[in-house]
Parts: sequence; structure tokens; C-alpha cells
Amino acid sequence: MADEPKPPQSDSPKPEKPGGASTPPAALKPPAAPVTPPAAKPAPPPPKPPPPVQVPLDNELTRRYREHFGAAILDALEDRKQPYLVIDVANLSEIARYSRDEEKFDLLEDLTDVDWPRREKRFDLVAILYSFPHNTRLRLKMAVAENERPASLVELWPTSNWLEREIFDLFGIEFAGHPDLKRILLPDGWQGHPLRKDYDILLQDSAWVRENLGIESGQ
Amino acid sequence: MNPTVLTILHFLQTWWVELTCGVVIVAVVPLVAGYVVLLERKLMADMQARLGPMRVGPHGLLQPIADAVKLLIKEDIIPAESDKFIFWLAPVISMVAALTSMGAVAFGPAFQVARDINIGILFVLGVSSLGFLGIILGGWASNSHYSILGALRSTAQLVSYETAGGLAIISALLLSGTLKISAIVQAQYDQHAWFIFLAPVAGFIYLVASIAETNRAPFDLPEAESELVAGYMTEYSGFRWALYFLGEYANMIVVGSIATTLFLGGWLRPFPNVHWLNWLDFLPAVIIALVGVYCIYRAGKQPVKVQTGFMWAVALGCFAVAFVFAALWLLHLFHRFGVLIPLNLDFILPGLNGAFWFLLKVSGYIYVFMWLRFTLPRYRFDQLMHLGWYILIPLAIINVFAVGISMLLEANGVNRWIGMVLTTVLVLAAAVFLVRWHDQRTESASTASLTPDSYAG
Amino acid sequence: MPGFAKTSASKAVSKKGNLGNTLHDDALQNNGTLLGADELVLNMGPQHPSTHGVLRVKLKLDGERVRGTECVIGYLHRGVEKIAENRTYQQFAPYVDRMDYVAAISNGLGYCEAVEKLLNVEAPPRARVIRTILTELQRIASHLVWLGTHALDIGALTPLFYCMREREEILKVFEKYCGARLTTHAFRIGGLQYESYDGFEKDVERFCNDFERRIQEYVDLLTGNSIWIGRTRNVGVLNAADCIALGASGPILRAAGVKWDLRKAQPYASYDQYKFEIPVGTNGDTYDRYMVRIEEMRQSRLICLQAIEKIPEGAIMGKVGKVIKPPAGEIYHSIEAPKGILGYYIVSDATTQPYRVRVRPPSFINLQALDKMVRGHLVADVVAIIGTLDIVLGEVDR
Repeated sequence: MADEPKPPQSDSPKPEKPGGASTPPAALKPPAAPVTPPAAKPAPPPPKPPPPVQVPLDNELTRRYREHFGAAILDALEDRKQPYLVIDVANLSEIARYSRDEEKFDLLEDLTDVDWPRREKRFDLVAILYSFPHNTRLRLKMAVAENERPASLVELWPTSNWLEREIFDLFGIEFAGHPDLKRILLPDGWQGHPLRKDYDILLQDSAWVRENLGIESGQ
Repeated sequence: MNPTVLTILHFLQTWWVELTCGVVIVAVVPLVAGYVVLLERKLMADMQARLGPMRVGPHGLLQPIADAVKLLIKEDIIPAESDKFIFWLAPVISMVAALTSMGAVAFGPAFQVARDINIGILFVLGVSSLGFLGIILGGWASNSHYSILGALRSTAQLVSYETAGGLAIISALLLSGTLKISAIVQAQYDQHAWFIFLAPVAGFIYLVASIAETNRAPFDLPEAESELVAGYMTEYSGFRWALYFLGEYANMIVVGSIATTLFLGGWLRPFPNVHWLNWLDFLPAVIIALVGVYCIYRAGKQPVKVQTGFMWAVALGCFAVAFVFAALWLLHLFHRFGVLIPLNLDFILPGLNGAFWFLLKVSGYIYVFMWLRFTLPRYRFDQLMHLGWYILIPLAIINVFAVGISMLLEANGVNRWIGMVLTTVLVLAAAVFLVRWHDQRTESASTASLTPDSYAG
Repeated sequence: MPGFAKTSASKAVSKKGNLGNTLHDDALQNNGTLLGADELVLNMGPQHPSTHGVLRVKLKLDGERVRGTECVIGYLHRGVEKIAENRTYQQFAPYVDRMDYVAAISNGLGYCEAVEKLLNVEAPPRARVIRTILTELQRIASHLVWLGTHALDIGALTPLFYCMREREEILKVFEKYCGARLTTHAFRIGGLQYESYDGFEKDVERFCNDFERRIQEYVDLLTGNSIWIGRTRNVGVLNAADCIALGASGPILRAAGVKWDLRKAQPYASYDQYKFEIPVGTNGDTYDRYMVRIEEMRQSRLICLQAIEKIPEGAIMGKVGKVIKPPAGEIYHSIEAPKGILGYYIVSDATTQPYRVRVRPPSFINLQALDKMVRGHLVADVVAIIGTLDIVLGEVDR
């Protein structure tokens, strides 16, 4: 039933017997070299799409933001036709309030985080805003250092209550002003923040083994 | 002989009938209740486009037996902090109340289960109300949040609807003038009408009240699974739970019997006084024979061999019963026409016929119970209480007056049916008014409670 | 102290409850409760017949009235987002089915379209149309499950079986198409793997022709039923402003009066080719959500009928190589899943495995609204309100 394009097989027949007539009994010798797939002509690679690039963005919206916040707007880019602003996390609450009230981004569609451990400010907090009146989306990205505490958006968009709890739970970012910042998806006593890049299951497993069985995990 | 043995023998001699009745009730009624459960499951399945129990026995007929055995051999779990004696006692009370009230029910002329006492209806109502005690005690003894809440809710519901049901019964009792069950049916024969035609609103109120009294949907909040697991029955498992459950179904049968006696003419056939319809007396045998014929017709369409055999067995059973009826009729005819057969079993016939009609009506009533259960969603508790106190009880009171007025009118020469129609129209108008008024109150109460208060998350 | 203690009695507005004003004023002095009783904390779940999964709800009760709730979730957390970082793009596709397992095809659609956007390819028109048909059938199936279970919670035993009977037909179509009924993995990045089978259009048409009558059955059983109305009207009201503030989307938003549907606002797949209405409610209560979802089923049926009339011929797979290595960058793509806005935020670092996949789960965000919706209601209403939110714990917890 599969219809996906297969690379065309070359017509050279597979060798029938490995090694021909002079093969010693198979039991004494390790099996002959495995039948190599015939050297197929490589399929013509699919035409590469033009590499999308993060292009700097300069439109009405970004100009208004830069007017209001100047240096706090670090960058305005567009990636695959989706605009985003890179902002300074210190000005998060003002920019958020402005976005909601003036620019009419009334829905906080998502609030999430990406971990770039080799960066100095390792976390990339991303807020995805949507405006019902204008039917547009805007992303706000801000770099957050490990122990930095960005302002909580609960006052502006109550939906960020659980979203921030989830970021705290999985990444460890604390939000200043959150009414009830505690773990949400993981049990209360969990150590560590799993979605960080330096957290993996082997770590978790050896920690548990060390703690509960008193030995080193052999993994 | 030993004086103790003599006393015992004397006791048995005097009371052997009652004792046998007692034993029969305790032995038969739970079994019947079990089969009513199976009937409900099959009906439910039929209305839900599926088949119901099919595995245990042909067409699932041994399912109640299997369930009973399973429940009997289950581990007896008693919550740790519970009051053990009360925990044991509560389902017993529930069951005893249901079974005892069965004792006064009569399902044929001269076919009383125990005895046709002169306060028949009052006795049945009073004793079945004792079952509430079983519920409260069960909830209390379980020592759990859920159980207490469920028990209290259940009791409140039962008490409210008992009042409404009692008032509806009073309307019918006004018409009959007596509490004795056989006399009530006789009164319906004498007055040439089933009481449901003379007091239809009372019949309907009693229907609603009896559904609430037996904790059936749409009034089954106390035992609804999705609400508080199973309310007062949560901590009961195994056979204790079975006792509650069977008590509930036995209660259903009791309540159906009361309704049939009071409103549906008891063991009277339809149109008992119309002589040219006397051929209807043959109907029980004919109906049963027709059921047999239908089974034979379906036997050919069964997909599985064992079910074909089953259908044939049912058909033969039906024909056997019909044959009994027919044989008795034949004997009766022989006696009428002077053919000498030394056997006079005429006295059985009216009883048998009556029992057939009675059971048919009770089955119809229970069918309506089940039908409503599968169709309607559940009332919330406060809505249930509102319905009982704001609508049903006032309506029942008005209905008592209405029936009294219609009887008064009849005594003063007004045609009975005109009087009935007039008073029914009045009562229905009152009902419409009550419902509208109630809707308005709930409307205003709920809109008032919608004052917006903004919480942040 | 738990979060909801914030809303102390001093904030209680003088509501005209069923018992009048004076008792409520007393309550302001008596520990916030009527009669000065202690508050009862009732725990629902995680094993409970009506919480639709492993959800634990702690109810703070004053007698029978709910004064606050706290949801404890995470019982079904499987670390899907972490897993995504260690799988290739194609390998991750089956995982998304398991989040909202009741509407697996929608999840797949969102993910495949998101990755396609990341790659800057578009699925061919035939693939888009078949995707639309399957997604709309899935929407109907998801709403049928919702209707059956919601009615069951409120006490109507029968609609569940009728809904399952219809859903069975849809699942048969899925099985014939891709071999699976529930977690279908029906779509591939770039288009479809399987061609639609012979008789696909006929099956869908037969189902749609039959379905109108069935919807009428459900409507007859429930819509005019005064018990149903009594249980659902004015229960769990969430007005439009609160919906948007809390991020609640999907039928919840539409029942509050906001005529907005992502399929119309920012069309994807082939939705721009079909005519369909957006059902809107007025009060934002449970009854309106019920009406909106019933109407959505009708509209989905219309979309299916329109779509099967002209399925374009052509390829079903776009120009996507075997190895998917999107250029570095990120994308956010959201679709209108049956439960609400389902969004995928994917960050790529130019390798075969995504750097970060974030799923914006509609059920998770809708569930936040539970606290607001149940305050002041009775315990029996909590079950109805959880049902009306239409949550799937697989999506809440991921």
C-alpha cells in the first residue's frame, strides 16, 4: 500500500551464492560477506526548497513597538512569514501590557520556553500572542538567565497561571508575582527540571538507584 | 408427648399458612427480583441497540443465578471504623421491610400473598417506609463522607416523595372508601371504572412519587455512579450490597402492586362489567398462546443453534401454561353444559385469570419505570426537592380536594364523568400554574447568582 | 495555603441565593460558610467514573456548594515533549496521536502541517482534501464521544450507546483507510502515505447521509428535555471576556458568543474551499456548549459532503525527501482541533531531530477555566462542568 517514492533499484542481479563454488562449508567459516545491496544509482535529490532565513522585519507593528520601547526591543525578525520580536525580559510586563491593551493582542495563545544551554542566558522564553480583532499572531522572545525571575503575566492574561507553572516545573524558571508557583505535571517532590537539555533519563535513573539502592547504576 | 413439642406442634398447626407464606416470600421474591434485574438489563440493551447478557445460560437467563453466586462467595469487606452491628443490620432492615410489605399485597381474588388485612394499603405503605431506616443506618454505619451524604440525600428525597405519593393514594382511597385491598378492587368493579380514569392526576402523581421512592432514575441521584460513587451503598460489597439491591427491586414490585391495585383495577380484566366483552376472559390463554407462536416464529430466525432450542423451549412453556388455562376452561364449560366430569376446579379460574391480569399490569408499570430510567437524565438534588415540595405536594393536595368535589358532585346527581373531567381540568390548570411559578423562581434565583465576580485564574 | 484561598469570604458578592440575603450576610462572619461550619474538602479522583481520565479535583465545599477547586494533574504525564527531542520528525508523528487520543487525526494534522511549514513545502491538493475529510470525520467522532459521556454523567444512559454506534462507522472508515481505529497516524509529513481506498467516498457519503437522522435522535432525547435543560442551563457559565482571558478556545469560546473558528480565520488544509457555518451560543453555559457541539457535528458533516464531491486527482505526497532536516528556525502552527486551538511550536536546529517541540494543548488550558466555572455550584454540577469542558487527560498531561 505504500506509495511514497522509492529510490529506483538498479537492475544488477544480486549475487546468488556468496563466493562461488570454492566456498568452504559454511559451518567452519564465518558466513561470507553479506550480500551487498547493488550499487544503486542515487536518486536525484528532491529539489531543495530555498532556505528560509530569519529576515529582519520592519513594518507598522514593529515600528510602533520600537517607538514605545526603544532599546527594549532588541530585534524584530520574521521567520517563514511569522513575525517575532526579541525583547528584553526586564521590560516584559510593560511590553505585555502594551501588547494586550494597545495592540489588542487579547489572547495569550501559548507561553513556552526553549533551553539553549551553551548560551549565556540559556532560556528563551516565548510568548505567542493572538489578536482577535486583527487576526494576527505575534511572538515575543526573550532570553532569560538561569536564576533570573521574569515577571509573571497572570495579571494580564489569567491563562498564564498554569502555563507558567508548567515552565517552572519543566525548566525551573521562577516567575515573580505568580500567585501559586508550584509543580503542575510532575509530583511535588520531584528533583530536577526535565525539559532542560542537561537532564536525561540516565541521570534520573542513576540518581534513583544511588539513592534507593545505594549502588552505582550500571547503565 | 413432651409439652414443648406439643406447644410447637400447636403453634405450627395454627400458623402453618402464615409461616409457609413467609418462607415462600423470602425464597421467591429475591429470585423474582433477580429476574427483574435481568429483565431490566435486557430492556436497557434493547433500547440501546445492543443485546444485554447473552452468555450465561440461553439468552442470559442464568445471569441472576451467576450474579447471586458471585456475590455470595465474595469477600466480606467491612470498613474498619464502622459500627459493625449497624453495618450488618442496615441492609437487613431494608430487605425485611420490602419483603414484609409484600405480604399484604394480593394479586388475585383469594390470592393474597399472606393475608388480606383490613388495613392493607396502610400496612404496605407503612412497612415499606421502614426501609428508609435501612438506608440511613447504612450510610451512617459506613463511616465515610460519600455514604453519609448519599444516605441523607436519599432519605430526604424519600420522605418528600412519600408525602406526595401518600396524598395521591388518599385520592384513590376516597373513591374506594376502604383500605382493604380486595375491597378496593371490588370497588373498582362496582364503580365500573378503574380509578385511574376517575382520578388520573392522582395516578400520575403516584407514578412520579413511586419512581422517587424506589430511587429510580430520574431520581436516582443518591446512587448515581457518577456523583458520589454509589452513595449510601458505597461501602457495601458482596451479599450485603445484593440485599440492598434486591430490596430496591422488591420495593419496585411492591410499589407496582400498590399502583395496580389502586389505579389500574387490580386483577380485573379490562372492562370487567361489560358483559358482551366476557370473551375477554379467554384472553390470558390466548395471549400466552400467541407469545408461544411468536417464539416459534422467531426460533427459525435465531443465528445460533442453542438459541433456536431455547426459543422452542419457551414456546413449549407458553403452550403448557396456555394449555392449563384452556383445560380449566374446558372443564368449566363441561360443567356448564352438564357433562359429568367429577372434577370441579372452577374456583381456580378466576384466581388464575386475575393473577394474569394483575401481573400484566404490574409488569407494564415496571416497564414504564425502566423505560423512564433509560430515557431521562438525572435530576440534581435541589431540583428534585423543588419538584417534590413546590410542585407535587401542592398538586396532590389540590387533587384530594378535586376528587372530593367530584364525589360530591356525583352524590348530587352530576354525571360522574363530567365531574371527573371538570375537576381534572381544574387540577391541571393548577399544575400548569405551579410549574410556571416554579420556573420563574428558579429563573430569578439562578440569574441573580450569576453576578460576575472576576477572579484571576 | 492553596491558591484558591485568595477568594476569601470578604469578596463574596451579596448574591440572592435560594435562602435569601440575610443568611449570606451571616456567612460573611461565620468562617465564610453558612452556619459557620468547617469547609469540607472533597477529593474527586484520580479514579472516578466521571473525571474522564486520571484527573484529581479537590473541591472545597460549603455544604453542597463549591467554593473553590484545585486540579491536580500530571498523572498521565509521559514527557512527550522531551521524547520529541530524541526522535526524528517522522518518528515523532505517532506520538502526537497519543496525546488527544480521542481525536488522533487532528493531532496528526497539526503536527504534519507544522513540520511542512518548517520545511516550506505544501501538501498536494489531493492530500489536503483527504486530510480535511478525515479530520472532519474525526471531529464528529470526538464530539460523539463527548456527547455520550457527558450525557452519561448527567444521567442519560442511552445516548452513549447511540453515539458509539455512529462512531463505530467512522472508525471503520479509518480502519479501512490506514489500518487503525484510534491512534491512526494517518498523515505523513508532506502529505499522505496511503491512497484513499476504493469506496472511500461511498462510505463517507453513506455515513453522512445517515448521520443527520442520528443527530436528530440525540436532539430528540436531550435538547428539549426539561431535566436536561435544568441540569445544563446556567451551569458553568463562562462569558466571552473570561474565555479569552483564560485562553479557553474551541466550542467553549463559541458558546460564549465569540463567532470565531480558526478554520475560517486562518484556513489550513482545504477548509477555504468549503462553506460552513460557525455555531455560536449566547450564555456560555453548559447548554450552549452542548448546542454548539451538536451544530458543529452537523457542519462537519456538511464539510465532508462537500469535500467528497470533488477530491482532486494527483499526487498525495509532496516534495519531501526521506530525510527531513528543516533549516534552522522555528514555527508555530495551530489548528482548530475538536477541543480547541491545538498549536505546535517547533524549533529546529537543522538536524534530523527537532530541537524543541512544544504542544499547545487545548484541554490543558481549558481545564484552567474549571475553577472559575464551578464556583457557587453544587457538587452534582461539577461533574457536568468537567464533562462540558471536554478534556482528554492525554492532552492535558502529555
